[in-house]
Amino acid sequence: MIDNLDYPVQLLQPDGARVCRTEYDRLIADLGPTEYISLYRDMVISRRIDTAAVALQRQGEIGLWAPLLGQEAAQVGSARALKPDDFAFVSYREHAVAYCRGVPPEVLTHMWRGCSHSAWDPNQFNVTNPAIVVGSQGLHATGYALGAHLDGAEIATIAYFGDGATSQGDIAEALGFAASFRAGVVFFCQNNQWAISEPVSLQSRTPISHRADGYGIPSFRVDGNDVLAVLAVTRAALAHAREGSGPTFIEAITCRMGPHTTSDDPSRYRSDTDMAEWRRRDPITRMRAFLERRGILDETADAEISTAAEDVAARLRHATLETPDPPPSTLFEHVYTGPHPLIEHEREQHREYLASFDDQEAMS
Amino acid sequence: MNTAEFRLPDLGEGLTSAELVSWRVDVGDTITLDQVIADVESAKALVELPSPYAGMVTDLLVEPGATVPVGAPIIRITTAESAEPAPPSVLVGYGPQASHSSRRRRHVPQTMHQDGETAPTHTRRMASAMTSSARAPQATVFVTVDVTASMDLLAKLRNSAPFENISVTPLTLAAKSLVTAIASSPEVNSTWDEQSGSSVKHPHVNLGIAVASDRGLLVPNIKDADTLSLLDLARSINELTATARAGRTDTPHLTGGTVTITNVGVFGVDGGVPLLNPGEAAILCLGAVNERPWVVDGLIEIRSVVTLSVTFDHRGVDGRQAAEFLSLVAAMLEDPAVLLAHL
Ligand SMILES: Cc1ncc(C[n+]2csc(CCOP(=O)(O)OP(=O)(O)O)c2C)c(N)n1
Repeated sequence: MIDNLDYPVQLLQPDGARVCRTEYDRLIADLGPTEYISLYRDMVISRRIDTAAVALQRQGEIGLWAPLLGQEAAQVGSARALKPDDFAFVSYREHAVAYCRGVPPEVLTHMWRGCSHSAWDPNQFNVTNPAIVVGSQGLHATGYALGAHLDGAEIATIAYFGDGATSQGDIAEALGFAASFRAGVVFFCQNNQWAISEPVSLQSRTPISHRADGYGIPSFRVDGNDVLAVLAVTRAALAHAREGSGPTFIEAITCRMGPHTTSDDPSRYRSDTDMAEWRRRDPITRMRAFLERRGILDETADAEISTAAEDVAARLRHATLETPDPPPSTLFEHVYTGPHPLIEHEREQHREYLASFDDQEAMS
Repeated sequence: MNTAEFRLPDLGEGLTSAELVSWRVDVGDTITLDQVIADVESAKALVELPSPYAGMVTDLLVEPGATVPVGAPIIRITTAESAEPAPPSVLVGYGPQASHSSRRRRHVPQTMHQDGETAPTHTRRMASAMTSSARAPQATVFVTVDVTASMDLLAKLRNSAPFENISVTPLTLAAKSLVTAIASSPEVNSTWDEQSGSSVKHPHVNLGIAVASDRGLLVPNIKDADTLSLLDLARSINELTATARAGRTDTPHLTGGTVTITNVGVFGVDGGVPLLNPGEAAILCLGAVNERPWVVDGLIEIRSVVTLSVTFDHRGVDGRQAAEFLSLVAAMLEDPAVLLAHL
């Protein structure tokens, strides 16, 4: 299936009206009120996790955070399309993907607090930890997909990256390799309009999804602020991968409504009027409008979601403040799987260095 | 009841301070967790600061517009209950409060050599002079100039009767040019008076010569150097440096200098950025005179070339004045006729 029209796939209009497109409707025909509410709930909780983490950064409790504000539908819609055995390779902004994969929200800030290199076991949740190296996800996912294929596993692999990452050699290599070897990988590009301060118009002269054509990879353009459309399109792409038909490329058109990271000031490169149109297309407001039109969201459900979101935020906050500082010696523990003479030497040097400080207790 | 202080965190990956632009709360306000309390602007971004505590604002410790170091307390909040564990200090390792006492080294590692004695007096004197020099905001300008004509002149002078037994070097000519050029740039021969906030020009030029002696760096000076003939100036420099190297310079010659010249060229280097002798407004630095390929009338020739620099006290002298002064000295060394014209 190829859907690479300039007009992206949309199943929900910004005012919440449902648009019918038969070929996609059937992909989400199994959804009922419970599933609709649960998609909405995941988006609301993801946004709350995000605002809680931003506050923690401003209070000096974590060093950095890459806010996902505005990208909830792209992340929740795609992550909810994954089966437990599928594997997701994420970059640094996919907190909602991790959350939907079952990663406890309490550990989402660990890495950003500098307390851990790996906040969770990727094999437990089938999602990687945040990775800052732009574009590396494409290669890792392609390799994993090929490995899975050699093992005879009927799974799909998904790589998350941004519009800026498409300018990286890593993504170009991954696309070429995946196409040649028919790797079962879904290249999920969140076109959030910006690569830090570079607008997407500078990144690509064609719609990003058109780039896949050159590699012979089928592609989709989807309204990334429409959780139903993202879910449908990603399900199609993942099925394509699972059945051994090779890679696909999805461009989810969305907007990073906050700063690139907590160190960034977007007002220096974009105006508030630019953002007004995107606020109108807010993914959460849109889904809420849909639920209200259908009369699905009653007061009880609404209140339950708000309480759950506040609860998650409080747990995240508490866990962040309580995260113990790891001893410096842990740095040496994860370099090689087994003992190594160079590491042993460095560990010993570091121990001597620490012994030269006054307060031994604080250093151990 | 519990009083909690919120210290300014590092808001952007390694910043050391930020400006508190405005408060969004007042003393007496009751605030909730994560309520925006202030707008803060760092080198990277203008951001809203959310409160890490719920409670009542008891003190605002920083005025709007102030630049606050990371780690400094900015607000006190009386919290209702002490349930929330008080975060001890901001996470990142910057700022005065964030530095933990355990971070102090107990002893210097053995690999580092320490001889346990205090430095000799002359080293300490140099250290204190250079430290007080650092009080003055200093800047330096450079020029590289063809001094072949000066070298020819020096060769002639060395063979002339009056200069018999007197060493006459590029330093002599540079010193003569320096004291002569001061007549056109009197601000260079001055002292900045911090009290009155003005530059005080000296009526005479007491020319300090930086001398590397066995007893360290000395800067004896030649009184009224601007009144001396080239011959007398050369003689004075000879005596002054000989006395200094012998360690016999008297106090009057070590005090009261108004401007200094330093000849780093004798150590084979091309030039340098000297520091001012405290209380003076300028120091001229002479690099090594070397033969270099040089463009003369569109052709490359072998010429004797030197780099000169002037460090100046930027409170009393500006860049244009320093540059004009240095250019004049350079012009005199490039063509001794220019020096003659200014005598
Ligand atoms: C290989 C590499 N190059 C550069 C960077 C610096 N960098 C961090 S994020 C970023 C922009 C990425 O933009 P995009 O791919 O659109 O993702 P977004 O941040 O918008 O989600 C850059 C250049 C990096 N982390 N890794």
